[in-house]
Amino acid sequence: MNDFFHMGGYARFVWPSYALTLAIVVLNIVWARRSLARASEEARRRMPIQSAPP
Amino acid sequence: MAWTWFHRLASPPHVYGLAARLTPWFGWPAAVLILAGLYGGLVLAPPDYQQGDGFRIIYVHAPSAWMSLMVYVTLAISAAVGLIWRMKIAHAVAASCAPIGASFTLAALVTGSLWGRPMWGTYWEWDPRLTSELILLFLYLGYMALRSAIDDVQRADRASALLAVVGVVNVPIIHYSVLWWNSLHQAPSVMKLAKPEMPAAMLLPLLMMLAGFTLFFVSLLLVRLRGEILRRERTASWIREALTG
Amino acid sequence: MSTSALQAARLVLARDLRLALRKRGQLVQPLAFFAIVTTLFPLSISPELARLREIASGVLWVGALLASLLALEFLFRDDAHDGTLEQYALSGQSLTWLVFAKTTAHWLLTGLPLALMAPLAGVSLGVPYAAVPGIIAPIALGTLVLSLIGAIGAALTLGVRRSGVLLTLLTLPLAMPVLIFGAQATDLAIRGANYAAPLYLLSAMAVLSVTLAPLAASAAVRMSLE
Repeated sequence: MNDFFHMGGYARFVWPSYALTLAIVVLNIVWARRSLARASEEARRRMPIQSAPP
Repeated sequence: MAWTWFHRLASPPHVYGLAARLTPWFGWPAAVLILAGLYGGLVLAPPDYQQGDGFRIIYVHAPSAWMSLMVYVTLAISAAVGLIWRMKIAHAVAASCAPIGASFTLAALVTGSLWGRPMWGTYWEWDPRLTSELILLFLYLGYMALRSAIDDVQRADRASALLAVVGVVNVPIIHYSVLWWNSLHQAPSVMKLAKPEMPAAMLLPLLMMLAGFTLFFVSLLLVRLRGEILRRERTASWIREALTG
Repeated sequence: MSTSALQAARLVLARDLRLALRKRGQLVQPLAFFAIVTTLFPLSISPELARLREIASGVLWVGALLASLLALEFLFRDDAHDGTLEQYALSGQSLTWLVFAKTTAHWLLTGLPLALMAPLAGVSLGVPYAAVPGIIAPIALGTLVLSLIGAIGAALTLGVRRSGVLLTLLTLPLAMPVLIFGAQATDLAIRGANYAAPLYLLSAMAVLSVTLAPLAASAAVRMSLE
């Protein structure tokens, strides 16, 4: 197990690489979903104006 | 009759619904492939005879680099389609690609730099591939900057689309220029970062990661695309149903 | 009695040159900028000519590119403001040719003078006299390509407030191949070596830009005028 973490001495390059890539994957998921949520929110806000009686 | 599928692709409500339905079909397989690739790359693959366990960075660096380029080409192609056939959907696709591509270009740069450090001795060596990645990052940033600088969505779409097409034409020119420049000055490229000798046990996880990330990109694209469609469709009547249904 | 595209282009070129020559003070600005920038390097590094000669090519090229970019913001600005650009677009003449004419005017007023002035700065950085053609020719070609590519960016950012930095951000990545080959040519010239190869590549880029860039730039102008 220790050998696994040690990565043959390269641990301080390998693990930060994986951590950063994972962070960017997660960031993308969060970012994309937030972008959709914001767009839906704006669209929802625009809706009542349409259905206002003349 | 055969072209109706193409015409339907130009219909925002159709694409919106399709994107919502398809997202899990790309998202979950992506997760499976990536997890399997991670296990294969970190645990199962034997250490490289030259780089030891350090080579395992390839399992995150190569997919990131692949993403950065593939996403840019996708962006440019949809931008071109948007310009030529004046399809709002195509512009929406291009807009969705940019933040994804830019973030993975950054990932490619940092992981590439971390990979280079034990091999070269420094974090940055103006390696031709990393330098090209850096310029690609600038192309992404320029694209996003132009988009945000123009207020009118339609004009922003068309202007940034033109920029993307001009950019993609330049990508091979830039790449070969940098390669030539680098070879002239005999940069200390001790390792060929991209292509160590790859037995199947090493190659298979890499292919899984590449495929997994590609599917992941599509799922992200589909999510962002829905938001971009909503932004472009403003007060169209189908939106009410789509959001409440 | 209709004007051919070439005639119209010549008229636009002449007009732009005449208008610019009326404001001679403005013409000097890129040159002054170039002079100042090239002075910054010896001041920040070392007055030793031997050391400066090593980096002279880079200094000259970066200075020339940045100075050229400075003036690019104004390529379409005035004409867009007073409606002349719209007239060009509506005139029925080939907008591509007219844009090419304006870009050529820009180069004649900025890039070419920079190329001719660069040897002076070069000599101050320890460059041998024999290298002078190797400075002028590449920089003249390089700034031409930059004007052509920059025209696309200038057209895309028309109407954007304070577009100067954005324009630079858009144009520089596309101009990097020019910088690579051009600076290499100048550097070889400074070392007394044969610089034909990069010069040919630079010429190839110039030909490519002359043919394609005005097309893209005129499309961008039409977009911005909509």
